[in-house]
Amino acid sequence: MPSNETLLEVKDLRTYFHTDDGTLKAVDGISFAVKRGETLGIVGESGSGKSVTNLSIIRLVPSPPGELVSGEILFDGHDILALPEPAVRKIRGRRIAMIFQDPMTSLNPFLRISRQLMEITELHLGYSKAQAYEHAIKMLETVGIPDARKRVDEYPHQFSGGMRQRVMIAMALSCKPELLIADEPSTALDVTIQAQILELIKKLKEETGTSVILITHDLGVVAGMTDQVIVMYAGKLFEQAPTKELFARPGNPYTKGLLRSVPDPTSEQGTLYQIPGQPPDVAHLPPGCPFAPRCERAEEICHSEFPPLVQLTSDHTSLCHFANEVYEASGREG
Amino acid sequence: MNNQESQPATSDILISIRDLKVHFGRVKAVDGVSLEIRNGETLGLVGESGCGKSTLGRAILRLTEPTSGSVFFRDRDLASLSNRQLRQHRRHLQIIFQDPYASLNPRMTVGQIVREPLDTFNLAKGREADARVRELLETVGLSSRFIKRYPHEFSGGQRQRIGIARALAVDPAFIVADEPISALDVSIQAQILNLLEKLQREKKLTYLFISHDLRAIRHVSDRIAVMYLGKLVEVADSRTIYDEPLMPYTKALISAVPVPDPNIEATRQRIVLEGDVPSPINPPSGCRFHTRCPYVIEACKNVEPPLVEIKPRHFAACIRISPEHPHIEQVAPGEAPGLAQAELNV
Repeated sequence: MPSNETLLEVKDLRTYFHTDDGTLKAVDGISFAVKRGETLGIVGESGSGKSVTNLSIIRLVPSPPGELVSGEILFDGHDILALPEPAVRKIRGRRIAMIFQDPMTSLNPFLRISRQLMEITELHLGYSKAQAYEHAIKMLETVGIPDARKRVDEYPHQFSGGMRQRVMIAMALSCKPELLIADEPSTALDVTIQAQILELIKKLKEETGTSVILITHDLGVVAGMTDQVIVMYAGKLFEQAPTKELFARPGNPYTKGLLRSVPDPTSEQGTLYQIPGQPPDVAHLPPGCPFAPRCERAEEICHSEFPPLVQLTSDHTSLCHFANEVYEASGREG
Repeated sequence: MNNQESQPATSDILISIRDLKVHFGRVKAVDGVSLEIRNGETLGLVGESGCGKSTLGRAILRLTEPTSGSVFFRDRDLASLSNRQLRQHRRHLQIIFQDPYASLNPRMTVGQIVREPLDTFNLAKGREADARVRELLETVGLSSRFIKRYPHEFSGGQRQRIGIARALAVDPAFIVADEPISALDVSIQAQILNLLEKLQREKKLTYLFISHDLRAIRHVSDRIAVMYLGKLVEVADSRTIYDEPLMPYTKALISAVPVPDPNIEATRQRIVLEGDVPSPINPPSGCRFHTRCPYVIEACKNVEPPLVEIKPRHFAACIRISPEHPHIEQVAPGEAPGLAQAELNV
């Protein structure tokens, strides 16, 4: 259960990439908070800035070309952006852990699973070799690897995709992190394996009280896994709300379009709603609202003036000139 | 539901696949599939990676040579045609690929890409061909202004549209759509699904829609076939498969699909399967799903279950159910009402 204590607070984060093609504002003024024990979903399409947001939190944005232009990232009260690199390294992997979409990008193919798992607890928790080895086996058992004691000394290629993702989760959870950032953790996996991994994250979260940031493009996964959602588009935070509220009563035309365009297997649908046009080129955004060229509700002002972040309720915000009206309409339709 | 609907007449069947096998050395990618695809329908083919669904799609078009079995297209067995005869038939059978980045020649302009099949089959020349290319681009929602541009200048969704225009150029009767939306963003997926549906209505196309995405498959398909390790395990109307799956694998697959509704997700009972999909190199004996099946009994390890019509127009491969006892939950522990039928088949 989420508590009221804030674990992470991101304030006005801006991460830009300086390219030959000009400055790409990958993340441009994002603010949000995660409470202890809470799962926050970040939804967005490719280029929305959802992954860069999280690389910024753990200060893993490659620089150059990337630059953390401004903002604060308060983790348990300390601003990560103001900390010296060694201090950040102490937090990363220990208090904040990550799981990526492709486990092979994070597992070293030349090292035994045992070595890779032991490294973390030796480094962060000062375990002896024997302690770390036993802990590695225990972690593999926790994430449901059969015959953990036998398999702990195998290499990553001897594991299937789903099993590798379990190893990743075991690594991430080795030091009992307070925050787990999972970037599309189940996207590359088959449907039945995806269900296993999501159930595992849910179970471990309940047992340890870890907060989770879940980055995904799958609204079904968001619906089943998260307490809060933020929707990103073109580097901007378009909408934030508690999950149930966001699905029941979206206050932004982009969110609304996205929700309507997903096939719902539980009901008969005619033609799907489709958002017209193409995702924006983030290096060359139009003035005004970046979604305006694709928005049905857009008026003249949307093409010329950047929209305000409108507070719809105490915990629901929307970036739109017509947020109140869209929200009211969703309420009537709902 | 159309349970009363009579069996389709033979003329309604466009593609008839009989005991098709595709083996790559020891890997039995497709291992004895029989299936009929009706004129004008969308048949969804769903399964997890390595189940053989893409290989089946390619084998139908003979882009991959079948090891044995036949594929009848309007009464002609494609598997027995010579290469020259096959080339003429290819006109009627087209494919759209998953990766719109890899399936378009980067050195050809969009106009050349869409025009190539017109030249290959001598369907149009000169101005007529130009006009046809423009018309095709407009049909798939691309401006004909783009005709001189190269694939890299387009987004993923636009490239998929180019691939669709190329497939349509020869006026095909049948299109295999192999994971056509998997590489696309959510907002673009709906555009492509709608486009495929619109084209089907306008041009009376028949689709084999291959995907691992049950939500998309459920949306576009009239019927759905579920594949597991080279075999079909269930075939039924799209809605029936979703509302009333009979085979335990299908049940698990459907319960695993995340539904975009927090209220439904909060109360759902999910069947989480143990373990991974076994390797197709050495598939389990008997029922290939027995290693992961929550309902497994001893006989499942030895007897290969045939695809049986358990309910009208609803086929499933499981010895623990039968037309008299279609619901596995209601079958007594250890019982296998379908066993007699399975043994008849041997």
